[in-house]
Amino acid sequence: MRTKIEAKDVQKSFVSDAGPLCVVEGASFSVGDGEFVALVGPSGCGKSTLMSMLAGFVRPDRGSVQIDGVEVAKPSPSAIHISQHGSIFPWLTVRENLMFGLDRHARAERAGLADHYAGLVGLTGFEKSYPHELSGGMLKRAELARALVVKPEILFMDEPFSALDALLSLRLRGELLRILSEERHTVLLITHDVEEAIHLADRVLVLAPRPTRIQAIFEVPFSHPRKLASPEVQQLRVEILRELGVDRFD
Amino acid sequence: MNRIRQALPSVLVIALLLSVWWAVVRATASVIFPTPWQVVTGTLELVEDGTLWMHIGASLFRVGTGFLLAVVLAVPLGLWMGWVRGAFVTLNPIFQILRPISPIAWIPIAILWFGVGNASPIYLIFISSLFPMIVQTTAGVHTIERRYLRAAENFGVSRTTLFTRVVVPAVLPQIIVGMRIGLGVAWLVVVAAEMIALRSGLGYLIIDSRNAGNRYDLVIAGMILIGVIGLMLDGLMRLLEGLRSVRWRYAH
Repeated sequence: MRTKIEAKDVQKSFVSDAGPLCVVEGASFSVGDGEFVALVGPSGCGKSTLMSMLAGFVRPDRGSVQIDGVEVAKPSPSAIHISQHGSIFPWLTVRENLMFGLDRHARAERAGLADHYAGLVGLTGFEKSYPHELSGGMLKRAELARALVVKPEILFMDEPFSALDALLSLRLRGELLRILSEERHTVLLITHDVEEAIHLADRVLVLAPRPTRIQAIFEVPFSHPRKLASPEVQQLRVEILRELGVDRFD
Repeated sequence: MNRIRQALPSVLVIALLLSVWWAVVRATASVIFPTPWQVVTGTLELVEDGTLWMHIGASLFRVGTGFLLAVVLAVPLGLWMGWVRGAFVTLNPIFQILRPISPIAWIPIAILWFGVGNASPIYLIFISSLFPMIVQTTAGVHTIERRYLRAAENFGVSRTTLFTRVVVPAVLPQIIVGMRIGLGVAWLVVVAAEMIALRSGLGYLIIDSRNAGNRYDLVIAGMILIGVIGLMLDGLMRLLEGLRSVRWRYAH
């Protein structure tokens, strides 16, 4: 598999009242083309900062981030970042949101593409709705559709489903897998939900508490559709949780 | 039905105030202070000779002109100050010094520069509604959430698109709030400005009615009209808050 994303010894500190605070320290890993990699780690461990650097919003203090062998200098439409709190523009309708990144397309084509992707995520009939008229789950769908419509090579997803209830989050995971089986993307997913990571990813990277570095890497050898209740999956889940410092399961 | 029930208490209080007013005027047998009914007949007098519409029209014209001039200047200036840090650092201290100066304090200068015609009150309205709108617009730009700017940056849109599709619509609710404040101040100021010289407007009506024969029924009629028209202007502005593309900001 060709390497898509390569992080080498990435380091980032922020200035705080107590002096410089190191949030990411020497993280090195690579993601293959078309691979789905999950980053799991404790809350506040610098995962989001790491992802911001990969997406080009923040420059690392040291080390390098390369996509297709080229140093990442700024954000690009070929790698869309889906943030934890969502960034669907509340002043635009669903269709207008989806058309936002399609400036270079002809006008007629834009609406067609937007509606196609609205349909793909199950938002048909809501194209003219404003975001405040939608539920939390529908907002996440719109967010995903807006990212997909520009046909990015990479999706950076920062806890995309964490604000949803368990049932909705499970359903959206299934839909994400369905879409990824139709359109190939390289995906990097941040989550604190180990089961979600095993459900979706080809590999799971466990991050150490702040300052973040890669502590362990787990391959997920199961083919889709995955049976989350199977003993093998549960065994892997226990191993990953143990790596995260959770030893007791009662 | 619900709306009627909701309005009922305030209607009752108004009715109570009117009757107290009536009773007190009767009890003191005042020859100058009018009863509510005298205010009504005084107003009808003005309606019949046509001067009422002339006064209202004159005040609305001055407010409209001064206010629109202020919007045309304040909105682009506020956006610019919010977006360009250098513009904010340079201009904000000046506006912060000018802002607390009461529009009334500008009257002598307005008369000096613009004489006693329509231009003076228009200038006073302009200057008084300008600053709140600049401040609101600038603050609006400063409080755009970073996640929206990041998303726009991620999609690699041009600076023009960023401005027209993200910055301006994100700030629009705040601009509307600024316009409401600005128009409210403008209406306050037009009446004060008209008390100085001119021969028309509701402010002139009030001062002239007192000077020309203690017509306090017309003084009070003028005051009530100012209140009612002010309320209607604010209602007009509130209609803007109902636009679908800004409702997200008020829908809490």
